Amino acid sequence: MATTADHFQAHPEDHGHHHDAEHKPAFFARWFMSTNHKDIGTMYLIFAIIAGIVGGAFSGMMRVELNEPGIQYLDTFARWFGAVNPDFNTTLHTWNVLITAHGLIMVFFMVMPAIIGGFGNWFVPIMIGAPDMAFPRMNNISFWLTVAGFCSLLCSAFVPGGTGNGAGTGWTVYAPLSTSGSPGPAVDFGIFALHLAGAGSIMGAINFITTIFNMRAPGMTIHKMPLFVWSVLVTAFLLLLSLPVLAAAITMLLTDRNFGTTFFDASGGGDPVLYQHLFWFFGHPEVYIMILPGFGIISQIISTFSKKPVFGYLGMAYAMVAIGVVGFIVWAHHMYATGLSVNTKMYFTAATMVIAVPTGVKIFSWIATMWGGSVEFKSPMVWAMGFIFLFTVGGVTGVYLANGGIDDVVHDTYFVVAHFHYVLSLGAVTALFAGFYYWFPKMSGRMHSEFLSHVHFWIFFVGVNMIFFPMHFLGLQGMPRRYPDYAEAYTHWNHIATVGYMVMAASLVVWFINIAYAYIAGKKAEDNYWGEGATTLEWTLTSPPPFHQFETLPVIGETVHH
Amino acid sequence: MNGEEGTMAGTKNHDYHILPPDIAPLATTIGAFVFTSGMVLFMHDMPGGAFVPWAGLAILLASMFMWFSKIVKEAHAGDHTPVVQLHQRYGMILFIASEVMFFVGWFWAFFDFSLFPSELADVIGGQWPPKAIEAVMDPFALPLLNTLILLCSGTTVTWAHHSLIHGDREGLKKGLWATILLGALFSCIQAYEYMHAPFGFGGNTYSSAFYMATGFHGFHVIVGTIMLIVCLKRTYNGDFTPRQHFGFEAAAWYWHFVDVVWLFLFVAVYIWGGWGYPTH
Repeated sequence: MATTADHFQAHPEDHGHHHDAEHKPAFFARWFMSTNHKDIGTMYLIFAIIAGIVGGAFSGMMRVELNEPGIQYLDTFARWFGAVNPDFNTTLHTWNVLITAHGLIMVFFMVMPAIIGGFGNWFVPIMIGAPDMAFPRMNNISFWLTVAGFCSLLCSAFVPGGTGNGAGTGWTVYAPLSTSGSPGPAVDFGIFALHLAGAGSIMGAINFITTIFNMRAPGMTIHKMPLFVWSVLVTAFLLLLSLPVLAAAITMLLTDRNFGTTFFDASGGGDPVLYQHLFWFFGHPEVYIMILPGFGIISQIISTFSKKPVFGYLGMAYAMVAIGVVGFIVWAHHMYATGLSVNTKMYFTAATMVIAVPTGVKIFSWIATMWGGSVEFKSPMVWAMGFIFLFTVGGVTGVYLANGGIDDVVHDTYFVVAHFHYVLSLGAVTALFAGFYYWFPKMSGRMHSEFLSHVHFWIFFVGVNMIFFPMHFLGLQGMPRRYPDYAEAYTHWNHIATVGYMVMAASLVVWFINIAYAYIAGKKAEDNYWGEGATTLEWTLTSPPPFHQFETLPVIGETVHH
Repeated sequence: MNGEEGTMAGTKNHDYHILPPDIAPLATTIGAFVFTSGMVLFMHDMPGGAFVPWAGLAILLASMFMWFSKIVKEAHAGDHTPVVQLHQRYGMILFIASEVMFFVGWFWAFFDFSLFPSELADVIGGQWPPKAIEAVMDPFALPLLNTLILLCSGTTVTWAHHSLIHGDREGLKKGLWATILLGALFSCIQAYEYMHAPFGFGGNTYSSAFYMATGFHGFHVIVGTIMLIVCLKRTYNGDFTPRQHFGFEAAAWYWHFVDVVWLFLFVAVYIWGGWGYPTH
């Protein structure tokens, strides 16, 4: 969209309204009463980093316990959550609390806030040439409800759950473990955490859809929108239509637990498998909610650093739409081991396989975008190429697991853990880092170190592969998920994975040093520091952009490419 | 999309609504968080359970009142340009879409239980309605009356809308009064029906699905009634013009949504779900 910059003046000093465009409220009003999409995006990103550190600490506790067979540290962790002299059951319950907190935090309070709340808020309005989101006040409550949800989840860790403190239900909160199995208040705090964060996400989804449909600048037709905007649009629809079903399901949990209903209680005719259906009707779209904005970020980056428009723009956009639509009718592939009929399994196997087609369109189009391009290996590009590789590994194991017959064998083993961490912590999180390096100078006004970014990437890449690739072997050898102890035969690869965790953690230190470097010694970022390949509207603005951009709307020309 | 220069606040050169900082979102969130935490205390008989939920609810409602009052003031200030009104339409339609999906969850539970009644549980005995339910409500007594009341209220709200469009303020007031009274009557009959139901709240899937699905519907009726009461008050204040009255339209849309959910409940839960069973 290089042509658009000629049509308007984005720099506040270039026209007469410098003071108003840059006028920022005082500290409290700016950060606690914000109605500014960029400030709210920044708060989402900072919140996601904090939540990510907490969630990452939980996984560190798990990896150190799994370093060797037997129970080493769990009783210490139980004491951290308030147990005085933890007995064996309390100690083991702590393991369940760790896996639950890790999953819920990483999904709801790290990936979603960062990729939708953070980058979505920052760049969707700018990329479509809008001055802000459609509902700036509702944008703010979406953020604060996410924080409130996180607080509710933290509360749950320190009150009784099952046989010890904390909610030990798994992030899926399956009944009856989450109902009769966990009588204490911890699970109720966890359920309300999901209610609060979910309400925030639904309002965020309404905000994004309205913004994208209604606030595109003149000439920015829907088929000219950058692919990141497309990705957030599809994601917002998934949130809007799937989260309310989760809300109903966890409300049923709440009334089963506290008010005597029997939705999931077999003695009253209820059906625990119903909970799984309701949960995964939300939960499967949820995995696309986490990855689709990542697809969008990767498309922007691959195009920028290949100095070419993305290959097959319309195919890329509608592949995401297809993934979103089909994503709603494949949920029971998470439930092959619950006793589904063979016909049901056949349907869900076939439907799930279908998703590989639009996903393949995306992978091959990214490669085709690079093909014949003038490829530059700047920091976001190495992360994006890492994403394509790592996500493809997770996608291939996904095709294995889509088969009901194969899943019967490896269900609830580390093979599944390896698969979903390849698409999420190696897919979505890698996309997050790619987006971070792509846009950090735009957001902060300071350049990070390319050298440290590359060091961060390579250490991270080696570390996460050391953690998760051996889990494929462990899973195929039969090591089950969600246990703090294991047979000695599994020691070797578990040890490798724990070492990999340390490597990955070291890469995060490099990341923090890089951020510190940028603020202390980083060069001032130019408007378009990536050069000719970066053509979307954010590159026509200053770095950081004015407090209110586009006070005169940009006009998008006919010659625009993506 | 360019606004007429000089007529807009500030220096912006577009018709979008750029808002000043506002405490309402944080205040509302604090209310919601105090409410949910208080509910945990209440459900587990912990200290504070008797009053913390009420405190949270009070903060929540006060903050929402503050928030919505500002929206009305902004409408009077001319901030709701045609494009902003279009935002509001999108927002309300999408909100209703999410509400539809919420009820999909409850209907899913209902159809699971009714189409596949448990063979294992003694209280169910593989039949629907389950063994534990000795009698169901006669769908063609009070529930049918309630159906007619809601359908009727759908016409009265349309009467109010057409009066508004044609500048008939008296008709608008009458239509709104009629709709609100019909909505309140529906809620009263529903409460009476609950009190005289031939089955209790919990213990089996029939009463679980029945009370939670109709209960959430009833809650939505009350919310819709409150929206209409706000519209009525605003009518007496002289708000709404024949060309700009989205607050009213949003309430009417919501009211029709609540009406449609009831029709599904009436047909599926009351008629089909109790077909051929003894009534009381």
